[in-house]
Amino acid sequence: MNAVLEIEDLRIGFGPLEAVRGIDLVVERGQTHCLVGESGCGKSVSALSVLRLLPKRARFSAARLAFEGNDIAGLGERGMARLRGDRMAMIFQEPMTSLNPAYTIGSQMIEVLRRHRGASRAAAVDRCIAMLERVGVTAPAMRLGQFPHQLSGGLRQRVMIATALLCEPALLIADEPTTALDVTVQAQFLRLLADIQRQMGLAVLLITHDLGVVARVADRVSVMYAGRIVEHGATGAVFAAPRHPYTRGLLASIPVPGKIPPGGRLGSIPGIVPRIGAGFAGCAFRARCAVAMPACAAPVPEHRLADGHRFACHLGPDGAWSGA
Amino acid sequence: MRRAALSLGAAIVAFAAILAIFAPLLMPHDPFAQDLTHRYTPPFWLPGGSSAHWLGTDGLGRDYLSRLILGARISMLIGVSTVILSGIIGTTLGVLGGYFGGRTDAVVMFIISCRLAIPVILVALTTVFMVGSGLWVVVLTIGLLLWERFAIVARAATRQVSGLDYIAAAWAAGCSRTRVILGEILPNIAHHLLVIATIDMAIAILLEAALSFLGLGVPPPLPSWGLMISEGKDYMFFKPWVIEIPGIALLILVLGINLLGDGLRDRLGARTEQ
Repeated sequence: MNAVLEIEDLRIGFGPLEAVRGIDLVVERGQTHCLVGESGCGKSVSALSVLRLLPKRARFSAARLAFEGNDIAGLGERGMARLRGDRMAMIFQEPMTSLNPAYTIGSQMIEVLRRHRGASRAAAVDRCIAMLERVGVTAPAMRLGQFPHQLSGGLRQRVMIATALLCEPALLIADEPTTALDVTVQAQFLRLLADIQRQMGLAVLLITHDLGVVARVADRVSVMYAGRIVEHGATGAVFAAPRHPYTRGLLASIPVPGKIPPGGRLGSIPGIVPRIGAGFAGCAFRARCAVAMPACAAPVPEHRLADGHRFACHLGPDGAWSGA
Repeated sequence: MRRAALSLGAAIVAFAAILAIFAPLLMPHDPFAQDLTHRYTPPFWLPGGSSAHWLGTDGLGRDYLSRLILGARISMLIGVSTVILSGIIGTTLGVLGGYFGGRTDAVVMFIISCRLAIPVILVALTTVFMVGSGLWVVVLTIGLLLWERFAIVARAATRQVSGLDYIAAAWAAGCSRTRVILGEILPNIAHHLLVIATIDMAIAILLEAALSFLGLGVPPPLPSWGLMISEGKDYMFFKPWVIEIPGIALLILVLGINLLGDGLRDRLGARTEQ
């Protein structure tokens, strides 16, 4: 077992809202774990909570939050600041706004190395150039002197990932890193991420709502709905045989050439993710579920299949009422 | 057109700054030396003017050009030092309120509201009246009263900037809070503050002139432009140039600062919107 990040029973709340209601998540070395779900299902705050970058008003608790085997739930702000950008790094959705417009690319990258590694300026510059080259940025020495607004979106995303990888982190959290990129750049970026991950043995927690991305890069996938992981498993297993009605609905809403007859309708899930407050019981998906029954208001059982595949639904693996 | 306005403003302010810095070298005469035999010598373009005193002399026979140049030094000194003082106060309050939000922000907003409820001229007059006039009294009084624009703008800009991804990215890269505020937020609101600085500088200079005109600003014999207008006001119908010269100097300097501020706002605004 080579777990870089282990989360057990993570809960996050904002005022009366329960944003995350007890999720378990393990990311292993060299593995890409995708967290999938609609907007507002709690996937981004879950990721932010790992770096402890939640807004101050957030309620946060976890039975276990371990990074490289060490418990970091009780670590103070100072200890967390040492880990951030060094052992764990994060890249954000918007390459257009994720770099500080007031500084050159070089000063932003060098800053990270000097803070965490105490590197000399010359050594830091060499390392930055090498890293930019590695992520496929042309003329890296020149880029160091440029400002973010002089770079294209794809280039900025490469700079971001180069910055994130400068200190060779064990864990990279990427919050919708491809959403703001156009499709060709997206494909290049995913290929780059996969290459680097293989070379560095990086653990990646990738947050996305794009099942196409999941299918391309994920080793394991967790489908999140209203603050819970409703289905988890190896990507192949989940895509081949989705068990939870929500996962099925998501997969049915992807257009697949040849599978959907011309003029036929794509699948869709009516409604939006509900806001869940304290005292909510039962399956959160029941209001939108095609196979919901009155008994879905009862606490949901979790079913475990082979290879860690698990899902939370009243209907068992055989599709029959599991009689909770 | 825009560029021309910016260049003109910058040129005027630079000229005033040169006058202020090199005043002792540029003054043709001692600005305090009285010569009662040559009172109210008119400037050279009027009948009776002489090339010894280009801009004439005042009621005590002191060289007007020299006094005008030294007055530029006082105006610039007051403008710059009040802006530094009020900039520090206002930016600190604004950034704290904008960054921390919640209760801190409520306190900051309350302080700003209190400040806005204070009539500036009245308080300045009262203070100077109680403490006594003097260059640094004027600087402190104006500086402590003119920070609210800085605070309001810094607060709004900080709120806007701290929600952006690069601030989150800075946290994720392991920056400390001090570093995020001073190193990430401040440079990105600086261009807003620069524009406010020019506005406040013009206001401070006019305020000092007003106080000096009322006899409660810079004490004589220092030649503040406001004081020069005040000293000449009895003769304004007979020798209008006595108040016209410092008045026009004041007009040009304030206009120049405002042109510079407007130009900077357009330029910097355009650059960040790219």
